[in-house]
Amino acid sequence: MIQIEGLVKSFGHTFALHEINLDVAEGQFLAIVGPNGAGKTTLLRILATLLRPTSGHVNIDGLDLVSHSGEIRRRIGFVSHQSLTYGRLTVEENLRFYGRLYDVAELEERVDSLLRVVGLDARRQDPARTLSRGMQQRLSIARAIVHQPSLLLLDEPYTGLDQQAAEMLRTLLQTVNAESRTVVMTTHNLQRALELCDTVAILSSGRVVHETESEPLSADRLREIYWAYVGNGMTREHAETWHS
Amino acid sequence: MAFLNKTLAIVWKDVVAELRTREMLSSMLVFSLLVTVIFSFSFDLRVENIAQVAPGVLWVTFAFASTLELNRALALEMENDCLDGLILAPMDRSVIYFGKMLGNLIFISAIEALMLPIFSVVFDLNLLQPSLLLVVFLGTIGFAAVGTLLSAMAVNTRAREVMLPVLLFPIILPVVISAAKVTGGILDGVPLSELARWVQFLVAFDVIFLVVSYMTFDFVVQG
Repeated sequence: MIQIEGLVKSFGHTFALHEINLDVAEGQFLAIVGPNGAGKTTLLRILATLLRPTSGHVNIDGLDLVSHSGEIRRRIGFVSHQSLTYGRLTVEENLRFYGRLYDVAELEERVDSLLRVVGLDARRQDPARTLSRGMQQRLSIARAIVHQPSLLLLDEPYTGLDQQAAEMLRTLLQTVNAESRTVVMTTHNLQRALELCDTVAILSSGRVVHETESEPLSADRLREIYWAYVGNGMTREHAETWHS
Repeated sequence: MAFLNKTLAIVWKDVVAELRTREMLSSMLVFSLLVTVIFSFSFDLRVENIAQVAPGVLWVTFAFASTLELNRALALEMENDCLDGLILAPMDRSVIYFGKMLGNLIFISAIEALMLPIFSVVFDLNLLQPSLLLVVFLGTIGFAAVGTLLSAMAVNTRAREVMLPVLLFPIILPVVISAAKVTGGILDGVPLSELARWVQFLVAFDVIFLVVSYMTFDFVVQG
């Protein structure tokens, strides 16, 4: 589904991503964890076609990210830190608007079913700005999947959510992934990453320093690995020695 | 067809959002009224024939009022990073430009439609003539065409409220001058055929800046 080879992104003389190599299979749920400034958001914005890579190759569904960005945008949904929704429009107007931009067929039925899936049916006539943070995040996910993308990109979706809202979001993301969508999510929260994903990649200082399947890992073990790679100023060589 | 449908979706979204609060329309209207009244009182004291300065006052008022709308048009898209939402949609980015431009054109035209009768009363002139309405429309297209492009440039700068007028006014100066010239001519009873050169200039300005904006908007909003 996604092949990333030698991806580099720099802003002037500052390198945000160095030689990233990653493969994500169709239907896979990949969590990218890492500290602030590791390059998680930059990587996701490149995958979403919002930023252009400085060098390297990214293919999504066999299409080159730079030369086929229009076609790729049809296949991706992006959930950002912000909701990307209009506060003055109602919940259903927001979905209808984005549905029109994506040429969604039978839009009214799609909006109705999405509002039921994300549990916002009762708030459909309310302006989006009146929703709680958790509800806005659910609306944001509904917006991102209104055109039924095969790849969903989530940038720190748990930021600012209370326990109840986070639990609802977890259930929603499991539903979304169960519909055989590929999901790439960045998060600080290792526990959340383990609960949802098949694979965890640790990003530190713009490099993927570790990639592992989540299945045999406990949260404590992942935490140990994470701190070994990104914590206390340890070098990768030190960390790998410690890890082995 | 898809291009038009998506452009109209953006226009619809802007109109619905504005009609919910009417924040910008009421601000523009109050601002235009104040400018008109201030000019009216200040010229009453010194100017013998107010009809001579009225075209200039009219177009300065429209230019200033337009800046309020143009400043806000793209800034609205920065709330909740909505501009990213538009850029992510699988469509030519000029759709965003034309959608926003048409929205600006509607709002500025709405204020002008309200202001022209008021201006006629305050300055005791007949501004509701078909030829003059045509000139107002052409001038407004010029404001909206240039202003939408420049507001997209200014929106990512820190001092965007200041930056837009600084960028906009030098470029729309030819529109203001030619529109004021034609307006003055019409009010003086000069036949439109004798003012054709200025009208042609307005049309050419509109076409050139619509084409330039269509060709460059992608570069303005790309990451």
